[in-house]
Amino acid sequence: MTLTQADIDREIAELHAVAPKSGHPLRDFAPYRSSVLRHPKQPLVPVKDPEAAELTGPVFGVTDVTPLDADLTRRHVGEPLGERITVEGRILDRDGRPVRGQLVEIWQANASGRYPHQRDDHPAPLDPNFTGVGRCLTDEEGRYKFTTIKPGPYPWRNHRNAWRPAHIHFSVFGTAFTQRLVTQMYFPGDPLFPYDPVLQSVTDPAARDRLVAAYDHDLSVPEWSLGYRWDIVLDGPAATWMEEGR
Amino acid sequence: MNRPTPSQTVGPFYGYALPFPGGEEIATGGITVHGHVYDGAGDPIPDALLEFWQADPSGSLKGAPGSLRRDPVTGRVVGRHGVDFTGFGRVPTDADGHWTLRTLVPGNGYISVCVFARGLLHHLFTRIYLRHDPFLDTLPAGRARTLLAAEERPGLYRFDIRLQGEGETVFLDFTS
Repeated sequence: MTLTQADIDREIAELHAVAPKSGHPLRDFAPYRSSVLRHPKQPLVPVKDPEAAELTGPVFGVTDVTPLDADLTRRHVGEPLGERITVEGRILDRDGRPVRGQLVEIWQANASGRYPHQRDDHPAPLDPNFTGVGRCLTDEEGRYKFTTIKPGPYPWRNHRNAWRPAHIHFSVFGTAFTQRLVTQMYFPGDPLFPYDPVLQSVTDPAARDRLVAAYDHDLSVPEWSLGYRWDIVLDGPAATWMEEGR
Repeated sequence: MNRPTPSQTVGPFYGYALPFPGGEEIATGGITVHGHVYDGAGDPIPDALLEFWQADPSGSLKGAPGSLRRDPVTGRVVGRHGVDFTGFGRVPTDADGHWTLRTLVPGNGYISVCVFARGLLHHLFTRIYLRHDPFLDTLPAGRARTLLAAEERPGLYRFDIRLQGEGETVFLDFTS
């Protein structure tokens, strides 16, 4: 039997009614069908060791990025099609401290909602002038900034007539491996939000809102680009000791 | 306290963005660790991404930049220069759900692993122990072996990750 959007909507509503309001997605969230066999059933084992390696993490530097990496519209000979945007914000830890000099990576579909990936075969055009990969290091205030084009929504095969809301994938490092975060940034007012089991896997509506960027007119550039602001807060503890030079 | 930004799945399409040349080779001349990632039906997962973080052989967790060292002319990744130990690796599983890591034995005895995959909404942490460690004795009975790599021959270790079901890998929580 083909699963319809109505089936998925019902499952989401049932889970939202009974599940605790979680700030992270439930790993066991059946409306997102791929999660069913890919989540542990045993409880996670807490680690309290103050010397755990995970309280530190990998470091990156000027050799790991080039200045062009932060502008996804200038990676090919021509200009990509689509709505030119900038996305900027700050990366903070749970205590509000900026995460400085760390690696931020993004990837996204093109304006038509197509990824340059062999497994994305839906009939939307590839853009020869857009790949959709960006990197940068955060500055002294934890700030990142990318210039790109607004990605399109796209269909996927979770159920019949399943569509992902437009989103940009983010990969962020903190000062500790415990703070590692891979997530997705969404655009304000997208009508697809209630239908998307990936977004709805976060059962606390206030937490879902934290995945949505804000349009910021002050970040828009006349005759050039529209600006979005999205701050990221990393979960997880970091080492309280500081090694010299870090 | 600030409220954290929720995780979301890495999805199926990270392959042109996150993996980088040399990501599976933290260092040469040391050990090789390899294995499969399996789902709850025992099938290999071909679209998982593993990240590794570890101490150097002396136990230092200082790391060094340069895992993705770039050619300033072309922008392409030329990779680690082999002098500094960055301690960071990133490996996508292949079509058979298999991964390989080349590195040095960490001074503290374990390699930290962060698991991402399509279908996994929030990453998972585990550890590869290369030798017995008192921490393993604190784990629920019968599960410690899931964190202990098997030495297949000198310098070659096997470590499978099972996300669910029989022999499910012990996953760790650092957030609380």
